[in-house]
Amino acid sequence: MSVTPQVRKAPAAASVRRGRRRPGERIIETLLILAAAISVATTVGIIASLAVPTVEFFSEVEISRFVTELRWTPLFADQHYGIWPLLVSTVIISLIAIVIAVPLGIGSAIYLSEYARSGTRRALKPLLEILAGIPTVVYGFFALLALNPILRDLWPGTDVPDFQNLLVAGIVMGIMIVPTIASLSEDAMSAVPRSLREGAYALASSKMQVSTRVVVPAALSGIVAAIVLGISRALGETMIATIAAGLKSDAIEWNPIRTASTMTAYIAGAGQGDLPVDSLEYLSIFAVGGVLFLLTFALNALSIRLVRKFREVYE
Amino acid sequence: MTTTVAPNAARQPEIDYRQALTQRRARPAELLFKVTLQFCLFVGFAFLVSLLTYVVYKGWGRLDSRLWTQMPTGRASRVDQAGVQSAITGTLWVIGLTAAICLPIGIASAIYLEEYADTEKWYNRLLELNIQNLAGVPSIVFGILGLGLIARTLGLGFTVLTASIVLSLLVLPTVIIASREALRAVPRSIRQASYALGATKWQTTWRQTLPAAVPGMSTGAILALSRAIGEAAPLILLGAVSFIRFNPDSLLASYTTLPIQIYNLIKQPQAEFQELASAAIVLLLVILLVMNSIAVFIRNRFQKSW
Repeated sequence: MSVTPQVRKAPAAASVRRGRRRPGERIIETLLILAAAISVATTVGIIASLAVPTVEFFSEVEISRFVTELRWTPLFADQHYGIWPLLVSTVIISLIAIVIAVPLGIGSAIYLSEYARSGTRRALKPLLEILAGIPTVVYGFFALLALNPILRDLWPGTDVPDFQNLLVAGIVMGIMIVPTIASLSEDAMSAVPRSLREGAYALASSKMQVSTRVVVPAALSGIVAAIVLGISRALGETMIATIAAGLKSDAIEWNPIRTASTMTAYIAGAGQGDLPVDSLEYLSIFAVGGVLFLLTFALNALSIRLVRKFREVYE
Repeated sequence: MTTTVAPNAARQPEIDYRQALTQRRARPAELLFKVTLQFCLFVGFAFLVSLLTYVVYKGWGRLDSRLWTQMPTGRASRVDQAGVQSAITGTLWVIGLTAAICLPIGIASAIYLEEYADTEKWYNRLLELNIQNLAGVPSIVFGILGLGLIARTLGLGFTVLTASIVLSLLVLPTVIIASREALRAVPRSIRQASYALGATKWQTTWRQTLPAAVPGMSTGAILALSRAIGEAAPLILLGAVSFIRFNPDSLLASYTTLPIQIYNLIKQPQAEFQELASAAIVLLLVILLVMNSIAVFIRNRFQKSW
């Protein structure tokens, strides 16, 4: 017995040393790093594929025209390249979506986190996930063919909404975002320590008081992160806007019951045709895409920071 | 508390206390709050139910074998005999290839980040931040990447291959994040036991960690692929928009997919097209439902709690 370890000691040490030098291990690690680098390459690729044509676009259309002109008419004889019509409808649609999604999402989150028993929660959460898993083209179909006729029937007054309009697209987009806001907010609420709730109950707070004055404030950064992510989803959503809000982009449309094109819808609409490469219309896809990318990138970065904040506080 | 010595004195505060409790429970604001919260959840579910009912009701007349035996058409006179066969085969091609591209890359990235990377190093932190940010980039922007870089600059054109590469990059963050969670759930002790027996890092990962993480990974993979199946926006930019009347036969063939075909049908003014669109939606939703059920089944059946 006392001999065996001595006999084995030398080969074991040798194999450990050999193990470090094994070429196979190094090759595998390099391959893994290369795989991970693909996601960095994707980001670089996105930025490059947006930037190069955008620079080309702005060499033909001055940036001052892009930000000051109030009309967007790349396909008309009288060409204007002011981003505002697209930006305004994007913001209106996102606002409507957020007005719908924030109360519904946070209300659902409070119910799931504070009121529902664990069995109920386990049954309801997958149902909410189904809502998140429905393709957006289906949402657009439903908005255009089922909801909009109802909206037009119920509309008070004679000035009824258009066949495609920002309002119905925004409403449906809001429902689409509810699962995002609900599940992220619920995560933040579940991360609030039990002791805070129990402290509040010990001071004779009711369940509603605990929810609204303890849990929601404590989870606020997570909830705000969820809302920011929701806004970013709404800004970048394409199919609902294209199908239910339309592709009209020549002038700024402030009225939500009218048809108007968002930035995403313009990209999708212009990209469908076979535009000649290097034509101004083709390049404009990338310029609008660049604006969209910058906006959503800023919002996502903000959301990631906020999520970090609430994780740091309670973990 | 209640003693026989002073029954009146003891009973009095008890009743008050109980009254206070019952009052509290019956406070209308409390009840209203709870009902409002339930209503919030109800709206989502009511929407889901009415959406499903609507598409099944509207597509009912077209839910037959024509859907998968016939090709799409843009002509109103022929729509009665049209289906979406090329979109079904196109979806299978594109998603099959997407799985073949994004799963190995995603799982390898997750293994690197979870098993090999030193998270203190700046480049590994950057890698993580990059993946988080990529997960939030709108899908249409991936379409622009595909259009500008892959289809035109690399010259792959509007083909099954281009579509699959773009969808792979789109769902890659989802695959990586889910795979990392699955790897993280495997306890340290299993790795340590393997190292103690003299296994190398890769032997430990390949023979111990990875098999234990497979159920969690496959759940994440299926959910990522079901997102790719329903995605239409990037493919609109990648030439999938037309009534393609043949099945793809190679990686470099033209293609169309179910969501794109649904979009095409919605654009047509005649009601017959919309009926067909409804039927195609039902088919798409059934595919997604089956995939999600498999994911849930795998999660419940194979997931171990350590």
